[in-house]
Amino acid sequence: MSDRLSGIRTGTPRLWWTLAVVTVLCALPFYLDAFWLRIGLFSMAAAVGAVGLGLLSGTAGQLSLGHAFFLAVGAYGYVWLAGEPGPGLPTAVAAVLAVLLAGAAGGLFSPVAGRVRGVYLGVATLALVFLGHHVLLTADSVTGGFNGRSVPPLELGGFSFSADSELTVLGVPFGAEERLWYLGLALFALTWFTARGLLRGRPGRALVALRDSETAAAVMGVDVSRYRSAAFVVSSMYAGLAGVMIALSFRRVVPDYFGLVLSVDYLAMIVIGGLGSVAGATAGAVFVTALPLLMTRYADQLPLVAAPGTTGGTVGPTEAARYLYGAAIVLILLFAPDGLHGLVRRLRARLRRRSAPPPTAATSPTPSPAPAARTKEPTP
Amino acid sequence: MTTFLDNVFNGLALGAVYALVALGFVIIFKASGVMNFAHGSLLLLGGYLTAVLHDDLGFAGALAVSVLVTAAVAGAMDRFLLQAGGGADPHAAHVQTIVTIGVDILILTDLSRRIGGDLLSLGDPWGDSVSGLGPVTVADSRIAAIVVSTVVIAGVFALFRYTSWGLSLRASAEDVEAAALMGVRLVRIRMLAWCLAGALAALAAVFLAAFPAPGLERTTGQIALKAFPAAILGGMASPPGALAGSLLIGMTEALVAGYQSDLHVLGEGFGDVAPYAVMVLVLLVRPTGLFGGKAAVRV
Repeated sequence: MSDRLSGIRTGTPRLWWTLAVVTVLCALPFYLDAFWLRIGLFSMAAAVGAVGLGLLSGTAGQLSLGHAFFLAVGAYGYVWLAGEPGPGLPTAVAAVLAVLLAGAAGGLFSPVAGRVRGVYLGVATLALVFLGHHVLLTADSVTGGFNGRSVPPLELGGFSFSADSELTVLGVPFGAEERLWYLGLALFALTWFTARGLLRGRPGRALVALRDSETAAAVMGVDVSRYRSAAFVVSSMYAGLAGVMIALSFRRVVPDYFGLVLSVDYLAMIVIGGLGSVAGATAGAVFVTALPLLMTRYADQLPLVAAPGTTGGTVGPTEAARYLYGAAIVLILLFAPDGLHGLVRRLRARLRRRSAPPPTAATSPTPSPAPAARTKEPTP
Repeated sequence: MTTFLDNVFNGLALGAVYALVALGFVIIFKASGVMNFAHGSLLLLGGYLTAVLHDDLGFAGALAVSVLVTAAVAGAMDRFLLQAGGGADPHAAHVQTIVTIGVDILILTDLSRRIGGDLLSLGDPWGDSVSGLGPVTVADSRIAAIVVSTVVIAGVFALFRYTSWGLSLRASAEDVEAAALMGVRLVRIRMLAWCLAGALAALAAVFLAAFPAPGLERTTGQIALKAFPAAILGGMASPPGALAGSLLIGMTEALVAGYQSDLHVLGEGFGDVAPYAVMVLVLLVRPTGLFGGKAAVRV
């Protein structure tokens, strides 16, 4: 816990870093083309979802494979509420309602989530994905069935996040990607600060206590089933927001996207990034989202990877990406159970110590930690 | 009435195959506390090996090789990936569960790439022949599924009951430390349990791909996921529970699919997801499954 709080004490340099990062992120649309911006959009959407799953699985220790379902509720909720057929609400209202709808879906499932633990919960949430997929396929009038529906672009006070109207800023034409980039940044910042606030405040402490020992937490006065359910609802709302962002960036939602594979992707993100950390979840989300897209783009320049479309037993770019992150999950859990976040933290500690004579214990950035330390690692 | 009998028989056959898979889950869970999410890809691996080898080795030879190889892969996965990552502490089981997801991604990606969009025939001897059983006509492969599953499952239960391995397994599931003090070699017991589960999965693949299913495709592994609800329904740690759960799931699926025209409110293809609906309902009432005991919590 103490190292998590240390960030608060290191005042000014940290502030400058934050400002620098924000400036760079805001300047990017002026320099990057649509391909890179789209990667950024998907990564930001995934990061929001991953932060939500991180709260649930990393912090509260509840294994969930149902994240794809809540993403779908958010995405389809927005499309239905804002579109035709549907109530045709103003798009901004529809987006907010879609997030609340995802939260409500999480709330409906919380009688199960509050009582069922560990691996049982993992499989129970698995059911959500399959049942949800079935509903998406069959409820034609709402979801458009197998072919899905196209997504109405978001409008905020007369400003449309699409390429319909001409807009040029500082000589750079602003299409849908550029506009959505800033929306994504704003929503991601919202997620980042609310999630960190939650984790550092009372609820976060309660959830960590719950993960480490339910009995001890209950004795300390944590209302076990209420906090379990609340974690589920909040995580679903983040997923719903991510779903809305994904829908806006894809401009079309189809049922097959929201399958078990997507849930597993999100689990991979938080495991690779490091459980229980917002920054880790973000890093994992960028890694898992950007990797297949980048490999597809640069397939012809990579060794051992065939260009997309070639068949006959060769390794395509998407497959290569999946091999890589499957292996990343296994290797990270075996050798660095606290993920990228933990690696960075240890590296930083090592750099700081370089001026002083290096203690023998902290020489390698990826040591297999002592068994006693490993038992304390956050686990889903 | 004939339709009903047809459906019941289908349900029995499905349940028998799910039972092979679910029993594997339960054995693994009992031995190591890990929920094996890679089970579907192990099953697919078994099926794939049988499919590519049956031309050269004949069906029986191919099946034997695929059962052995799948068992070896499952055992190796446990020994070198899972047991390497943490000892017997309770958190390790959760971490290892996620490791199995990583392994699943690896195996599944590779097999999907190899299988592509093909439908592979496993070269099983039953083909598409059918027999009349009283008023109903059933596929021979379904009869074989029921017979083989019954025999194999009886064999596994006999292993639990009468061999020293079975005794050690039950002892270590009961109390790891006490078992270790009694000289039970936990590493080996656990690895053997994984091997057995892998072998069962490879066997189940044959019946999942046999007639009336069109053959082995890359999604066959996902069908095996329905054994999850089966195992959960029975309470993860109870082999007889897994059997009961499998039959319940098989019956539900077959009956819902059989009477689909009367259930059209639920949408087309609800049979495929009905097992999950049943599971959620059961978990609402009994969070540890039908046969799962209430776990005592020591502070």
